[in-house]
Parts: sequence; C-alpha cells; structure tokens
Amino acid sequence: MALEIVDSCVGCFACEPLCPNKAISAVMRPGEPLFFIHPERCTECLGDHDLPQCAEICPIEGAIVDEFGEPLNPPGSLTGIPLHLLDQFRVTECRQ
Amino acid sequence: MELPVISNAPPALAGGCSESGCGTAPDALAHLPDHIRAKVQDHPCYSEEAHHHFARMHVAVAPACNIQCNYCNRKYDCSNESRPGVVSELMTPNQAVRKTLAVAAAIPQMTVLGIAGPGDPLANPERTFETFRQLSEQAPDIKLCVSTNGLALPDCVEELARHNIDHVTITINCVDPGIGAKIYPWIFWQNRRIRGVEAARILIEQQQKGLEMLTARGILVKVNSVMIPGINDKHLEEVSRIVKAKGAFLHNVMPLIAEAGHGTYYGLMGQREPTPLELEALQDACAGDMSMMRHCRQCRADAVGMLGEDRGAEFTLDKIETMEIDYAAAMVERAKVHREIADNLEMKRALQRAPKFDAPARRADPPASRSLRIAVASKGGGLVNEHFGHAHEFLVYEVGPSGHRFLGHRKCTPYCMGDTSCGDGETVLGQIIASLEGVEVLLASKIGFEPWADLERAGIRPSGEHAMEPIEDAIRAVYDELAAAGKLDPAPAEVAARAA
Repeated sequence: MALEIVDSCVGCFACEPLCPNKAISAVMRPGEPLFFIHPERCTECLGDHDLPQCAEICPIEGAIVDEFGEPLNPPGSLTGIPLHLLDQFRVTECRQ
Repeated sequence: MELPVISNAPPALAGGCSESGCGTAPDALAHLPDHIRAKVQDHPCYSEEAHHHFARMHVAVAPACNIQCNYCNRKYDCSNESRPGVVSELMTPNQAVRKTLAVAAAIPQMTVLGIAGPGDPLANPERTFETFRQLSEQAPDIKLCVSTNGLALPDCVEELARHNIDHVTITINCVDPGIGAKIYPWIFWQNRRIRGVEAARILIEQQQKGLEMLTARGILVKVNSVMIPGINDKHLEEVSRIVKAKGAFLHNVMPLIAEAGHGTYYGLMGQREPTPLELEALQDACAGDMSMMRHCRQCRADAVGMLGEDRGAEFTLDKIETMEIDYAAAMVERAKVHREIADNLEMKRALQRAPKFDAPARRADPPASRSLRIAVASKGGGLVNEHFGHAHEFLVYEVGPSGHRFLGHRKCTPYCMGDTSCGDGETVLGQIIASLEGVEVLLASKIGFEPWADLERAGIRPSGEHAMEPIEDAIRAVYDELAAAGKLDPAPAEVAARAA
C-alpha cells in the first residue's frame, strides 16, 4: 500500500514537508517525475492523519495516484473546471 | 506631516497637480506620517515617485501554496509572460541570495528584494526565512518584503518581525465568505483540504487577524485586491474601508487577468476582465477611503529591474556563476547611487513646495474646460521618451484645467517588435487602440505614419512634438494648447459616446 507521484507533478514542494514518514523526496533526474514517494515508507498516512497529506495539499489533479493507478484528485476535482473545457484546453495549450 | 498643507491647498492645486518626477498627484503617500513616508519613499512598489528611479527584484524560492485561487494555474510557466505566479527558475535560498547580491551589484538602483511566490511565501516558511536571514546579514541595505495570501500569516508575524521585514503585502479579495467561495475553491488547513464557504471564512479570518497583528507591531501593510467583475467588484469598496480601518497604509486594486490560454478556472469559464475604465472607476471609488496605488505592473514572481521591465534573463543561475563580483564595493556604490537619487527627488519635492508664479494665470483658464485623458509612451525617468511602436504600455493621465493625476498604465503588445512580427501590425494596432479606451491624446517620442492615421481615425490625437520632455510639462502643454483653442468644451457628445 503506497501512493505514487506521476509525471504531471509540477515540483511545488508542498507535499514534501507534510509527509509523516519522510517518504517524499525531490528527484531532479530528467525524464522522471519531479518528486518520488518511497513505496516502503509510505503508509498513506494511516495512524497519523485521517487523509493522505500529500494528496490533500497537492494542487495538480491526477498527479498522485494509489496502488491501482487511480488519481486521488481526479480531473476537475480541485479547480472545478468542467471536464469538456479541460479537454479542450489540453488540445490547444501551448507547449514550450 | 504634510497632510494639512495638501488638504488646505487652493483649488488650483487640490486637483492634484504636483509636477513631481512621477506624476502622481496628489502623491498617494502624501497623507502618511513622516516616519512611514520615509520608509516607503524609495520603495518602487509602494511609491509611484520611486518606481521611476529605484529598482526591485523578486526571488522565486517559494513554490508551495496552501490555497487555490480561481485566477491561478499552478501548472504553467511561460517564459514570455509577465504576471503574478509565473516564474522560470525556481531557486534554493542559497541560489536566491547569490542572485540577489549579483543583481544588487549590477543594478545599483536596487533597493528592494521581495519574495512573492510562485506559491505563497509563508507556505514555504523555511525557504523564505532562510533567504531573508542570509540577506539581512549580507546586504543589510536592501529592504526585504513579502507578499502573502494571509492564510499562514498569524503564525509568521513573530518571525517576520525578527527578520526586520517592515513591509508586507496581503492579497485580500473579499471580507465576505460567500464571495470568497467564488474566488477560492479550496484551502489546506489543519491537515485537510477545506472547500467552499467554510474555506473562505477561515482564509478571511486569518487575513484579517494577520493584518491586525502586523499593524499592531508597526509593520507596514499594503493590501492587494484583484478586481473580478460580477464577483467582488462592488464589494471591494467595503474591503478598502475595512482594511484601512485596520491600519493598512495602501490599497492596490488590480485587474483580473483571465485569458483562456492560461488555463485558469476564470480563463476557461469565460470570466471577463475589467475594462481600464471600470478599473479606474473602482480605484476612484475606493480612493475616498484609502490611499490607492495605480502604478502596479503585476510582476512575475522572479521579476528583476525597474517596475515594468524584466531583466531576469541577464541573471539566470548559469550567468551568475560566471560573474565576478566585489560585494563590498557594490554596497558602497549602491549607497552612493541611492543618495544621489534621493537628493535629486528631495530637490524636486522642494521645488514643488515652492510658490509657483504662473499659478494665477492657470486659474484664469476658462473654468468650463473639461478634463482629458492623455496616454504617454515612456521608457522611464518621467520623460516622453519611447517610440509608439516600441511601447509595451502607455501611462494614462487625467489632465484638468489646473492639475493632473496618474490613472494607471495600459499594457499592450508593441506595434512593431521588429521585422518578424511586423506583419501582425494591423491586428496589434487594433488591440492597442481598443486598450486606449477613453484616451484622446497620445504622446510618444516618435509615431509612424500608418499608426498615426489609424489613431486619428479612432479619435486619438497622436503627437511626437513633446519628445524627451518631462511628462508633466508635456501633458500640461498639450492641455493648455487644446483649451486655448477651445477644443475642450465640456463633455462633447462624441467623447461621451466613445467612453460608453
């Protein structure tokens, strides 16, 4: 049982100091997600908090997933942006 | 204190003409007690006069945030955008200190270092305070300031005071949780994400408490508010009254930025931005209760240089690595430059206080002459010194028979960015003209033939006659000339129609 950070992470550091198990670290390797949750240390905050702290503060929808790959914050759940508008934006957004 | 002098000034001066280096009139800070004015008069973000002469920088050491705002998208960083929250290079405190010292050596006009994001500085207390701690030791002449959403503020007041931070900006968009719920979808509070009205209630409570705690300790507080049409635009007058009553010394009402391309909630939902005239009207309405700031440029969280310019690209981490800097010599040089600028400004202030022999003649102007908005292209220094085609913004002044005041700046894409983008000139010109809503005269150091004709067609008189003149002198000369020619009879129908 462990959470995972995927490549949509923007590297904002918000989760890192909150982890009760110090399981989160910055990666700094090109091509990998910016942060990493050590799977053996992650307890999903059981025993420490009601809810996993990293997912509670994470501002990016879909960036933290559970062991089944399900996002803890699914699309639209944090910004309130309707899904069809999110889809449209993804198509048109400018990539650098 | 200058307050009695200003408020008792004869009508000819009460309109605000100050012929100061800056054009704010009356200076938004004039009512402040001397000891506060002395603290802010060389701060480019607080004093409109100072922003022409002194520089500032922000260091992006604070990526984490504890709330979400509907005008912010945490995902993107575009290097060619200038707006709050956008940043190119996140830094550690050590890197930030190196960068600050390098910039302060290269730009001796620098007086202020701020931490403003890209998240919330007080949601990153260790990184923020470590940066402040090192800088207060290594560059004690640089003023430190911080900008926050206020949620963590009450817990940080003690530490802010310890680091000798005497300026704090709080973004307060509302004092009503019902309105707040439409601006903030969630906050992170006591180990959980809280949403809706409850989230807004907690945030507002913390902001107000933080404001009271800061002012009780004598720390200067500026309040920023984002004007969101249909959401908080009517409400901000009340916000202004309340924050003033609690001791904030300056209120900065900024327009919402909500382009669909930024991917923010407001941008994608089609929430509109306020027009320049709506913003002016709200700033005027709030000004009855509070000093208003009108020269804010809504900088990036890593901006470097004078307000409105961004020299960040000259000071990237790899460039700083190669710079050879004598820090002690740089501090001596800064002290010299700051003193020269301060002396110069003091002289201008003294001149301004001196009796003006031409004042009676001005009062003899036909009293019926209406006021007029004039846009100016300027590179800085208080001069009409920018080509129309190169201007990234126009400074807009309202000029009346006996005074003038600075209303704000209108940002734009420059008409001619060079050969590559000149093909877009036509549409860009249309946007510039639209952004000049309400303006009747435009002064630049030079204006090309084509835009000249289009401006005239749009009812804006272009002029290159006042190139390199001080802005106050130029706008006064234009006004007086038009008034003398009888072209400023009260409220002509076409202008009213265009402003509507």
